[in-house]
Amino acid sequence: MAVQIEVAGEWMTARLVGEIDHHGARELREAIDSAVLAGQVRELELDFRDVSFMDSSGIGLVMGRYKLMQELGGHLRLVNVAGHLKKVMILAGLDRLAVLDRPAPAKKQPEQTGEGGVQ
Amino acid sequence: MKPVNRMKLQFEGRSVNEGFSRTAVAAFLAQLDPTVEEVSDVKTAVSEAVTNCIVHAYRDTLGTVYITAGILPDNRVVIQIRDRGCGIPDVKQAMEPLFTTAPEEERAGLGFAVMESLMDRVRVTSHPGKGTCVTLTKRIRGKEAGA
Repeated sequence: MAVQIEVAGEWMTARLVGEIDHHGARELREAIDSAVLAGQVRELELDFRDVSFMDSSGIGLVMGRYKLMQELGGHLRLVNVAGHLKKVMILAGLDRLAVLDRPAPAKKQPEQTGEGGVQ
Repeated sequence: MKPVNRMKLQFEGRSVNEGFSRTAVAAFLAQLDPTVEEVSDVKTAVSEAVTNCIVHAYRDTLGTVYITAGILPDNRVVIQIRDRGCGIPDVKQAMEPLFTTAPEEERAGLGFAVMESLMDRVRVTSHPGKGTCVTLTKRIRGKEAGA
């Protein structure tokens, strides 16, 4: 599991790559949280495009980041969530936290690649 | 019903083996020509059960995780994930969604709920101090069924 982080002002995108399970979750959340706390991040986007597998460790990861962003008065969005991952997320009620598939608000930094599309 | 094929797997309860074990079970399943979704469902359920062994059963120790899988003539796959760890004092409570004894690790407490939603049947037997056995069953319809 790897994560590529891009920060631009209040915006941060964390591109998750590989399989999200208990084994890799801690490293992942530490990398994301330290980047969020080091900057002034208020809009956190987790990009699942390159995630091939996720179990409930991924749910823990999303719920934890949701709480963190709430504490900071910010928002969390999940983008590019494939069907088999969405199945587990919906089971956990993550769609009720309204973080799944929410359309991207207009970004201040237009150099970001166009995202927000979900299958 | 007698299995037409069986496999056995045992490995040390190290978290790096979570990926190995679910992938190994998925590879065994390949002979049924499952759909991508069926493979994903089984891998996820196995991952939950194996993680339980590592996080809970062998919380402060390193133990062995045992997996057996069998394929029945009607295309059902039966997977048993067993440990010799601490056991679960109250299985019913442990299976309730959101119940977790490891919140500090950001465990969502959804392991059993995920297993139950992705598999046809989940059976848990546990003896405190002796270990736990989780039996997962799923009928694989495969690509031929047009699923």
